[in-house]
Amino acid sequence: MADLSIDMRALVKRHGATLAVDHVSLKIRRGEFFSLLGPSGAGKTSLLRMLAGFETPDAGDILIDGQSMAGVPPNRRPVNLVFQSYALFPHMSVAENVAFGLQMKRVPRAEVAERVGATLELVRLSEKRDRMPGQLSGGEQQRVALARALINRPAVVLLDEPLAALDQQLRQQMQIELKAIQAQVGITFVCVTHHQEEALALSDRLAVMQQGRVMQVGRPEDLYERPENLFVARFVGVSNEVRGTLADVQAGEGSLLPNEVSLSRGIRVPVRAGLQSGIQVVMTVRPERIRVSPGHVTGADMNCLHGVVETMRYIGSEWQGVVRIGESVRWTIHASNATSGSRPVALGAPVSLQWNPGDGVVIPLT
Amino acid sequence: MNQSSLSVESAVGSRSRFAGFRLLVPGLLWTIVFCLLPMIVVLAVSFATRGTYGGVVWEFSLDNYRDLLHPLYGRIFVQSLLMAGMTTGLCLALGFPLAYYIARLPPRRQALWLVLIMIPFWTNFLVRTYAWIFILRTEGLLNTVLMQLHMISTPLDLLYSNQAVLLGLVYGYLPFMVLPLYAAIERIDPALIEAAWDLYADRWSLFRRVLIPLTKPGIIAGCVLVFIPSLGSFLTPDLLGGARSMMVGNLIQHEYLVARDWPLGSALSILLMLIVMGSLLGYFNAQSRQAGERGER
Repeated sequence: MADLSIDMRALVKRHGATLAVDHVSLKIRRGEFFSLLGPSGAGKTSLLRMLAGFETPDAGDILIDGQSMAGVPPNRRPVNLVFQSYALFPHMSVAENVAFGLQMKRVPRAEVAERVGATLELVRLSEKRDRMPGQLSGGEQQRVALARALINRPAVVLLDEPLAALDQQLRQQMQIELKAIQAQVGITFVCVTHHQEEALALSDRLAVMQQGRVMQVGRPEDLYERPENLFVARFVGVSNEVRGTLADVQAGEGSLLPNEVSLSRGIRVPVRAGLQSGIQVVMTVRPERIRVSPGHVTGADMNCLHGVVETMRYIGSEWQGVVRIGESVRWTIHASNATSGSRPVALGAPVSLQWNPGDGVVIPLT
Repeated sequence: MNQSSLSVESAVGSRSRFAGFRLLVPGLLWTIVFCLLPMIVVLAVSFATRGTYGGVVWEFSLDNYRDLLHPLYGRIFVQSLLMAGMTTGLCLALGFPLAYYIARLPPRRQALWLVLIMIPFWTNFLVRTYAWIFILRTEGLLNTVLMQLHMISTPLDLLYSNQAVLLGLVYGYLPFMVLPLYAAIERIDPALIEAAWDLYADRWSLFRRVLIPLTKPGIIAGCVLVFIPSLGSFLTPDLLGGARSMMVGNLIQHEYLVARDWPLGSALSILLMLIVMGSLLGYFNAQSRQAGERGER
């Protein structure tokens, strides 16, 4: 495959007795913004450090631009890492930090000067070129770290929790900037993060990881709209779930007979190929797909569950609440604040939750 | 800000300044009694005259300093400076890799290594120097082993040479280099070393462009701590160098204890001190000028 940037083949890494990376195979395309998303301990940082060459896989191989990286030390890899702590050299100015990689590669002086100028222009730091890292704000330090990697025109730029050290507002601004810069230079970016919103906003594709394994790979909308397992459903966004038995499967549709919620008829669900009637499944639906209305209503072509409002909190753009629909089944609901600041439904009131059958996702329990 | 609050503040200020001065008294006393006073005595003696049978006659004279111009003394000073310089250089060359190795070990192993480095201090320096005599002398440990292994047929002449003195000095002062270097290296964020590596640096570039600049205070501290005592040392050259090696320390010792010429010994001491202070001041001046230029850019 000509447009393949990174090819990870059955990578295994043990840290003592634990499997930090458990047979991970991933293919990352050239020019792609790819994220590794997962909670801490998922193995994403180990994976990144193996790509950079700071850790050696116990098994498997990494190919970058078709070249095996086995036995290649970090200073010979066509890869540059943007460290979480930025790791800027405190005794060098911004320009000296950015020039470091080219100087190490013995690029002629004139070319170094020219590329330092262009790269600082790219990250909008031309005025700060003679400052020392200690004199820069967090966002500026982040941009220097990025420039120091980009200037080498590596095959891949690795980013370790690139925005974790920034405050919320700066974070969003840097997300936009990072994405724009990546699109401009066209270099493959591989980004490790535990922040799901960030991963969705930045990535062309992402891999969700848990306990050293890849749970699902895909575009942000694939992961959010069609999670393949409960971990992905719960880690990427909020998941409202109901367990039950699958029945009447035909032509990509079926119905779910819930275990814990009493219903006169089954919940209509889309069923992907390979799932058969009779198996235990979980159906999950996103809060923003649920229409909340007071009282008990029933729509003809919508699924409907009845419940009681337990909590309701006002967060400005919308109301977020919890509705109890069964003995131990609680769903999160989002009610738009489009009309007024008043509470859409009262606490303790009976409500109906309606959603389109197509918005449900069925995940088999194994 | 109005008048009254200003005066209150200044009153508080002067009181705390006075309290601060009182707190300084013990330290000042200590400095005066143990540091300044002996130096003043030495300075005074250096301008006095030697009595016929030794002792000090309080008659002002510049003769002692005129005597220092004798080329023999100049040679001994130069030789001492060379010896101290080589000691410092060797300690740095040996100490840096060792300190780097220790600083990158897991914390518990670090503590073990630091204890191992400091253990020799629990024994008297004189005893440890005698141990080197036993190792180096003609029928010593090293020669015996080498002869037994048939690697040499006649014993090597190791003891009583400049090399033996250098060995003894490096041995004695290496810990003073390793400890400040360790402290400086240990403080470096490991990510900086990884960053240099990631940016294509080889070992030498990592050392020259990142490690040396970041550990400079430790390197300076280590060099000062090794250079100054080795410049003035007399025990090691006396025991390991014998008659073939004379350093300033031996010269001063000789003037005080053998020739009983305290005024000349004092003048030599003052000159040694001036050389050390002068070179340190010159160095720090150059440093702050460099820092100033950097800051102004």
